Amino acid sequence: MRISLFIACYNDALFPHTGKAVVRVLERLGHTVDFRPEQTCCGQMHWNTGYLREALPILRHFVRLFADAETIVVPSSSCVAMMRDHYLKAAQMDRDPALEREVRALLPRIFEFSEFLVRRLQIDDLGARFTHKVAYHPSCHSARSLHLDEIPLRLLRRVRGLDLVPLANSQECCGFGGTFAIKNADVSSAMLADKVRCVLNSGAEVLTAVDNSCLMHIYGSLHRQRTFVRAVHLAEILACTDDADLRLAPDQHYAFASSEFSR
Amino acid sequence: MTAPRTPGSAPHWNRRDFPDAAREALAAQPPRDDLFHHSQTRKNVRHATDVIQAKRNAVVAELPEWQSLRAAGAAIRAHTLEHLDHYLVQFEANCTRHGGHVHWASDAAEARRLVLQILAPHAPREVIKIKTMTSEEIALNACLEEHGIHPVETDLAELIVQMGADRPSHFVVPALHKSRGQIRDIFAREMHRPDLTDSPQQLAAAARTYLRQKFLSTRVAISGANFLLADTGGVAIVESEGNGRMCLTLPEVLVSIVGIEKVLPRFQDLEVFLQTLPRSATGERMNPYNSIWSGTPVGDGPKEFHVILLDNGRSPILADPESRQTLRCIRCAACLNACPVYHQTGGHAYESVYAGPIGAILTPQLHSMHDAQSLPYASSLCGACYEVCPVQINIPEVLIHLRGKVVEQQQSTLAGSLSLWNIAMKSAAHLMKDGSRLNAAVHLAQTAQKVLVSRNGFIEWLPGMLGGWTKTRDLPALPAESFRDWWRRTRSAHPSAPASSESARD
Repeated sequence: MRISLFIACYNDALFPHTGKAVVRVLERLGHTVDFRPEQTCCGQMHWNTGYLREALPILRHFVRLFADAETIVVPSSSCVAMMRDHYLKAAQMDRDPALEREVRALLPRIFEFSEFLVRRLQIDDLGARFTHKVAYHPSCHSARSLHLDEIPLRLLRRVRGLDLVPLANSQECCGFGGTFAIKNADVSSAMLADKVRCVLNSGAEVLTAVDNSCLMHIYGSLHRQRTFVRAVHLAEILACTDDADLRLAPDQHYAFASSEFSR
Repeated sequence: MTAPRTPGSAPHWNRRDFPDAAREALAAQPPRDDLFHHSQTRKNVRHATDVIQAKRNAVVAELPEWQSLRAAGAAIRAHTLEHLDHYLVQFEANCTRHGGHVHWASDAAEARRLVLQILAPHAPREVIKIKTMTSEEIALNACLEEHGIHPVETDLAELIVQMGADRPSHFVVPALHKSRGQIRDIFAREMHRPDLTDSPQQLAAAARTYLRQKFLSTRVAISGANFLLADTGGVAIVESEGNGRMCLTLPEVLVSIVGIEKVLPRFQDLEVFLQTLPRSATGERMNPYNSIWSGTPVGDGPKEFHVILLDNGRSPILADPESRQTLRCIRCAACLNACPVYHQTGGHAYESVYAGPIGAILTPQLHSMHDAQSLPYASSLCGACYEVCPVQINIPEVLIHLRGKVVEQQQSTLAGSLSLWNIAMKSAAHLMKDGSRLNAAVHLAQTAQKVLVSRNGFIEWLPGMLGGWTKTRDLPALPAESFRDWWRRTRSAHPSAPASSESARD
């Protein structure tokens, strides 16, 4: 299958390793990955902050750019939620029936990464190996908008050596919420403190999720507090086939720099 | 951000923006910057919402048809709102036929005036009240006090709030922010009962003794209502304590102040809401007291009955197809109990009669978006509210719609369009229309960030509004190579060649 990767703007700039991991997993399965460098953003930040008119050209750019793609995979559930929950409404708001038609045609071909593996490809064993204690944070959009339910857990349970530990109050928001984390920084931080407490109590060495945005937020506090818990996107765990892939030395207390793939 | 108040809005709310009020609610106790430290209020709110949520989840799980009940509730409420004029007039006719008096109040001032007019011939010194949000909305208690009439709240929690000179923080459990010990202190002081302990039995017994006197000696009662029934002219109130039943049966005069959206077409529609409302609100299968009455039947209950139908900003909400669903609300407060923002701040931080997610969409709309513009932003859009709502109000969707209106308002003023937020968002939108433009910006940021990045590779301090992030959180620095650049470097040379599984390795 020819799969077009929509990396998501913040992954492109901040978390390129996640993109590399997605490419690695998909190619390992024998698929061809296509990356369109003209891609930018899904428009979620503008839309959710109330800049509805400003979001329109961004999402229009996305829709036009991927119009002829066979399948689009996105390693970010909140971007997919933006597309599924709001693109049609945006097109209708703009009174653009052509855009509306294009959105309708495109949406069924867009998948969140783990959803694509399990629901579309019907695979849950990626042959991955990752010998760490891992807790899974079901991000709000993955749970309440995409209803991924057990999907990420099914993938994690098939990873060799992985010790999946439960996370208390896992369904509660970490407090990120995009610009909410800045506009309501104090409330966001208080929500985060509750989440971090649950993460630390879980005994996990690694926290994973299908959204780097939430992971960046939670890890922002874990790092500030000099804890030794790392945050790693699910794709990066699934990409690991031997322990050397993801070096987690005790002296490296930040995750993303240490999740560099090595030979 | 606060514009002049529209007439009728409660004067004692909406002074501050949510982030400021929330900061105070969160940092009520030292040590101020330790977010792991929970203030007494935060502990009380968290405990109470956890208990109600657990009960709610258990009784909802008992009903395999729960999602169908939600859909039915949403459909009935949506239909009613589409034909609200018809059903209100039908209610008026049927209520009047049974001896009730129906009044129409376009705003809070008119509603207060109507109450005073109705009470005048009876010249009461006291009135007893059942917990009512419309009364809060029109600030009735202060108005009554001004006119020499003392309102006595008979709902246990409202009594605690009234005696503590406090404000309700939750519209089903108004004193949820108070602990037993705090309630004991209030009762001991106000009821002159220094002997009281904080045992729930003793506290309830003290309230019962105090209230029994009031029920037997007061001739006028004021209530809200949960539902109006168009086909029978009936009015319905559900409650847990029985104080409502006392207020509805013992006095000679009863005045019910009810929002115009509260009408249901048929008596039979209650079969849906009497299942979803108690389960959502208090985690009960059924409310202990369900009172439904029509007018003034001979030999039973009050001899004089008035309904004041309150608009007070509802009609403009009805006119907006995007946010009309707000008026489906049946005030169960399940969204408050589910909301992670509410868990942290409690209700007072909203500085609004209606707190929590529903308050964040209802309050600014009741004020025609001239007030409380910070409330639509008081949400991380996590969707927990929509998930539990028994009438399927898509609160996140309405929040975004209202944010759109707030942004339009800001952009319509010079100061707003020159604000840092507007400039930043406009610039970002410009970059995101074009891949190469965005890539150039990323390159620029990769260089420019160097002054901010610590030796550990993280950004620990950011200036201005971004400082809210770094107050409690580090931010990873941008890696030297973006994904886009990595792809170009490793793949673009052979765009058509099938990639090997090893090539994704750096």
